[in-house]
Amino acid sequence: MKTAVSAPPARRPGGPAGRRRPGGGLSGRLGPLGVAAVAVAALLVLAALLAPVLAPYEPDIGSIVQRYLPPGPEHLLGTDQSGRDLLSRLLYGARTSLLGAAAVVVIAGVGGTLLALVATWFGGRVDAFIGRVLDLLFAFPNLLLAIIVVAVFGTGMAQATVALAMAYVPYTARVLRSVALRERRLPYVQAAELQGLSGVTVSGRHLLPNIAPQILTGAAINFGYAMIDLAALSFLGLGVQPPTADWGLMVSQGQDSLLQGYPQQSLLAGTCIVVAVAAFSVIGERLGGRAAGGRA
Amino acid sequence: MQRFVIRRLGALAVTLLFSSFVIYGAMYLAPGTPESFLVQGRTVSPEVLASIRAQYGLDDPFLLRYWHWLTGVLTGDLGESLTTRQDVASLLASRIPTTVWLTAYAALLIVVFGVVAGVVAGLRGGLLDTAVLLGSSVGFAVPTFFAALLLMSVFSVTLGWFPVFGAGSGFSDRILHLTLPAVALALPAAAVVARITRTAVVEERDTEHVSVALARGVPWRTVARRHIVRNAMLPVTTIVGVNIAALVAGATVVEHAFTLDGVGALLINAVQQKDFAVVQAVALVLVAVFGVVNLVIDVLYAVIDPRVQLGGESA
Repeated sequence: MKTAVSAPPARRPGGPAGRRRPGGGLSGRLGPLGVAAVAVAALLVLAALLAPVLAPYEPDIGSIVQRYLPPGPEHLLGTDQSGRDLLSRLLYGARTSLLGAAAVVVIAGVGGTLLALVATWFGGRVDAFIGRVLDLLFAFPNLLLAIIVVAVFGTGMAQATVALAMAYVPYTARVLRSVALRERRLPYVQAAELQGLSGVTVSGRHLLPNIAPQILTGAAINFGYAMIDLAALSFLGLGVQPPTADWGLMVSQGQDSLLQGYPQQSLLAGTCIVVAVAAFSVIGERLGGRAAGGRA
Repeated sequence: MQRFVIRRLGALAVTLLFSSFVIYGAMYLAPGTPESFLVQGRTVSPEVLASIRAQYGLDDPFLLRYWHWLTGVLTGDLGESLTTRQDVASLLASRIPTTVWLTAYAALLIVVFGVVAGVVAGLRGGLLDTAVLLGSSVGFAVPTFFAALLLMSVFSVTLGWFPVFGAGSGFSDRILHLTLPAVALALPAAAVVARITRTAVVEERDTEHVSVALARGVPWRTVARRHIVRNAMLPVTTIVGVNIAALVAGATVVEHAFTLDGVGALLINAVQQKDFAVVQAVALVLVAVFGVVNLVIDVLYAVIDPRVQLGGESA
C-alpha cells in the first residue's frame, strides 16, 4: 500500500500502453483530441512535479493586508482570503489533487487485479465468495462507502484516499475478473498449468501481462472519477485539511469569498479540476474505445 | 413477474442484513470509545462513566449489541444521537422531505434533458450533434459542487433570481429554492445520459431493420419513434437508472454546498462529530433506498424489454 502511494507518476496512464503499441499506432488510436488530452495531462503532471520551482510564493503563507488582490504583476492570478498567492496554491494543489487521484487509482487497480486473479485462478468456491463480497460492496453507493470509511478512520487525505480506493475496488475487480476469466480458459494457460507451473507464476507471468491493457484503460477512466470524488470529499471537509493546497478544498474555501464577490479562487481551482478530469477521461475513453461514463 | 419481484425483495433483504452488520461492525471497530464522545472531553468520575456504559449497553458483547440495534431498527427505533440525545428516527424524518424533493427534481432533469438531448442529437446529427457531444464531454467533467458554486455565483449572487440558501416550504417555494441545487446535481449525470443515449440512437439508426423500414416507405417520423428510439431506450434505461440511484449519495455534496437540511447534510455532520448512532442509521437507510431504487429499475427494465428472462438469474 505504502509503496503504491509513493510511486504514482511512473504509472501515468498512457505511458506503458504507449510502449506496447509502438510508432504511430497510439497517436492514431488517440486521434487529435486524444493527443491534445495527453499534452494537457502531461503539462499538469509537469506543473505538479515542478511546483516548488515554478511557484513564485510559499503556498501556505499569506499576508492579511494583501487579501483579495486582483491579478497583477506581483501576483499573476491574485490572492485569496488569507492573502496567499493563488498561482502558487494552484501549482501545489495540482500535486495534492493528482497524487491523491493517482493513489486511489493505483490502490484500487492493485486490489482489483489481485481479487480478479485470485478469483479466476481458484474459481469455484473462492470465486463465488469473492463475488458475494463484491455484491455486498455494490449495495453501497460509492460516495457513501467512502464516507463510512472516513467516519471510521477519521478525516484526512490519506484516509479519504484509502476510503475512495476501497469504494472503487469492486468495479475494478468485476471488470478485470471477466477479462481474466476469458484468458484463463485459453489453452496456453492450461498447458502452463499442466507443466506444473504454480498459480502465482502463471497468474503473474501470463495472465497479468495479458490483462494489463484493460487495467491501464480502467485506471485512466477511473482517474477522472477519483479526482472528482476526492475533491468532493475534501469539499465536504472529510478529505484534505487546510492549510494544505488542494483544488477541491480551494473550491470549497473560495465559497465564502465567491458570495462576497471574489470568485477567483473557486473559479480557478474548479477550472483546473474540470480540465484535468476532461483530459484524463478523453485519454481513457480513447484507449478503451468506449464512451465517457462507461466505468471500468 | 410477481415471483421475480418477490425473489428480488428477498435478495435485497439479505443484502440489507449483511450491510447492517458491516455498517455496525465498522462503527464498532472505529478507534475511540463511544463514552468519550458522550462526555465530550469533560473529566468525569469512574462511577458516572460506568453508569453511562450501562445505560448504552456498552459492556455487552458485540453480537448482543448488534442484535439489540438490529431489532430496534426493525421496529423503527434507530437509537438516539450521541451528541444531541435526539431520537434518530425523528431527526431523519425531518430531513427526508428536502432530500426526496431534491433527488426527484434532479432525476426528472436527468431524464428530460439527458434523454431528450441524446435522442435529438442522435436523430438529427450535424451541428446540434456536435454541440451535444461537446456539452456532454464538458458537463461530465464538472464536479457537482463546482457546478453548484458556479450556479450560485451567477444566478443567485449576480442576477439574484434564486435564493442562495435554504430548502423553502410549500410547493412553488421549494421548486424555487431547489432549482439550482437540482440542476447542479443533475448536470454530470445528464451529460453521461445524453452521451449514451446519442450513441444508442446512432447505432440503432444504422441497423438494417431501420433501412428496410425506410425503403418500404414507412415515414421517417414513425421509424424514428417506433424503430429507433424505442429500441435505443434499453441501454438508456440502465444508465439512467444507475445515475438516479447514485443521486442517493451524490445529493450529500449538493446539500452541503447549498446548506440544505437534507439527509446527506445530517450524515456529514454526524461523521464530523463522530456521532456513530446517527451515521449507522443514515447509512443503513441510504443503502436501503439505493437497493429499492435499483430493484425498481430492474423491474422496469423487465417491463420494457420482454426478452429479459424474469425467471433467470439476474447478473
